[in-house]
Amino acid sequence: MEEKRNKELLLEIKDLSVKTGDKQLLYGVNLNVKEGEVHVIFGPNGSGKSSLVSAIMGLPNYEVVSGDIRFKGKSILGLGLTERARMGIGLAFQHSPVVEGVSVDILLRAIAKDKKIVHEITKETDLKKHLNREVNVGFSGGERKRGELLQLLAQSPQLVMFDEPDSGVDVENMGLIIKIVRKLLQKDLPIMKRKNCGIIVTHSGTILEKIHANIGYVMIGGRIVCSGSPLDIFDQIRTNGFARCAKEARENERFQL
Amino acid sequence: MKDSNYDKKLKEEISALDRVGFDTKGETERSGSFLVIDNKEEESLSREDELIILPITLALKEYPWVKDLLFSIVNKDKDKWTKMVAEEEQIVGSFIYVKEGVKVQFPTQSCFFLHNEGFDQILHNVIVLDPGSKLDVITGCTTGNLVTRGRHISVTETFVREGASLSYTMIHDWGAKTVVYPRTAIKVEKRGSYTSNYVALTKVGEIQSNPVAYLSDEATVKFSSIIYGRPDSLIDMGSRAILKGRGSSAEIISRVVSKRSRIISRGYIEGGNEGTKGHMECNGLLLDKKSSIYAVPELEASHIDTELSHEASIGKIAGEQLNYLMSRGLDEESARSLLIRGFLEGGIKGLPRNIQDRIDAMIRKATSKESI
Repeated sequence: MEEKRNKELLLEIKDLSVKTGDKQLLYGVNLNVKEGEVHVIFGPNGSGKSSLVSAIMGLPNYEVVSGDIRFKGKSILGLGLTERARMGIGLAFQHSPVVEGVSVDILLRAIAKDKKIVHEITKETDLKKHLNREVNVGFSGGERKRGELLQLLAQSPQLVMFDEPDSGVDVENMGLIIKIVRKLLQKDLPIMKRKNCGIIVTHSGTILEKIHANIGYVMIGGRIVCSGSPLDIFDQIRTNGFARCAKEARENERFQL
Repeated sequence: MKDSNYDKKLKEEISALDRVGFDTKGETERSGSFLVIDNKEEESLSREDELIILPITLALKEYPWVKDLLFSIVNKDKDKWTKMVAEEEQIVGSFIYVKEGVKVQFPTQSCFFLHNEGFDQILHNVIVLDPGSKLDVITGCTTGNLVTRGRHISVTETFVREGASLSYTMIHDWGAKTVVYPRTAIKVEKRGSYTSNYVALTKVGEIQSNPVAYLSDEATVKFSSIIYGRPDSLIDMGSRAILKGRGSSAEIISRVVSKRSRIISRGYIEGGNEGTKGHMECNGLLLDKKSSIYAVPELEASHIDTELSHEASIGKIAGEQLNYLMSRGLDEESARSLLIRGFLEGGIKGLPRNIQDRIDAMIRKATSKESI
């Protein structure tokens, strides 16, 4: 009871099915994330991981067919991107678009409620030299990932979703990225003081070595097929690939039928 | 009869001309100043010995050679509007002249101001930069606060002599129903350079302007235009570069945004000698279903050894970019405003600081959430 009182349930996903055009992307996904928790979603390419975080963010083309997404106790299905972002939902995109003509500085000032932090966060992400550059134009892979985190630092969301934060990142950038992800997830605060929560989408899992997550899931074919300790799951995947999970998923399906 | 109230109002309006870059308060460094109100030359002032700024009538008296320049590169029979200028008995206009080798540090400002409703402002301007000289000019064209109708008809002939360099920035901020027909030609002699920056971001009835530059050996020209077509405006704007001299080059860049307006964005480069190079970029952004942009990039090669290229695109604001900004908490109008501003800002870069600042401020105002 005490746990429940102190740690509010922030994100509640119930039986969520999502499609784009005629193609169904997610089938009956359930997920509950409380304050201070970090959940990790593994899965091969095309398994629906990005679709899930995109649907939570409210990106167009992700049409909810059934089920519900609740944030801070309220259904957000009727809300647009802006409202969801302003409620405290943030997403570090896997493939962020280039935004010609808009400098990083101008964008950060448009995002941040407190303009004074701009200087500090650009220093933290080692992007001071990029302030006057156009957003993502000519950025390297690592710079793009850091740029995403920089924008999230400006936005300061309570539910922070990272879509493949570690893919295509070299060792040099990795340390910095981990440091900022930790900050966004308030990992350096005592557990009971953490108010933020996170969802990390990854197919490699490298980032888990430095960031402790509470629960891991494997997603295959638009379904969450298993869940458990993130490091256990990661070990399994490293040893057996996703094949075993897939097999279990098929068996599960048969069982359900 | 003009009363004191009229004079007071006029004074107020003149002091507000800084919106088109014309500083009447002495806040920005200017090398000289020229102001026409309706058809009267109100001010012609130079702060440099070797920079001559005069009403064209006085220039004709003081420098007899100016007579030969009139209608030497703009054909007086070109159209109805050039004929109107040619037929004026009392010519009105500016003469800006920089003597040989003089590099003028601060910009010269000029302003053509339509103050009376329904007035026909008819002008003939001449700019001459003698060999090796350098000048930045900022020209603002605007109407009084209450003026909606009126016509501005002008001929401007510019001569950039050998090795001279002129940067010419023009800001149009006309009344909602004003019609504007400037006829402009520029002759750029050997190794001379001419940079034109054109800004039109406010409502206008009709603008039709197609400046043409004739280039001698190794001369260069760059035309940049940023245009924001407002509801019911018709803007036909295009730059032409005739690369007659060996190794001459031209660049034409235009960024046009249409909001329930029609914009014709033209560009023409003729490569007519060996080693000539020309490049054109016409980018258009449509803001709604009632907007139209007609981009006409034209290249003509009349010599085997010329390199000409163009890129043209017209589209709407990319949904992906809009969603990206909105996912950070920006509302749709703010996100659109940022993207339109960025699109226009990309059109003009690298001007002298106090001119660039002025243009950036105008773009910010024109693309603010309230005005898009």
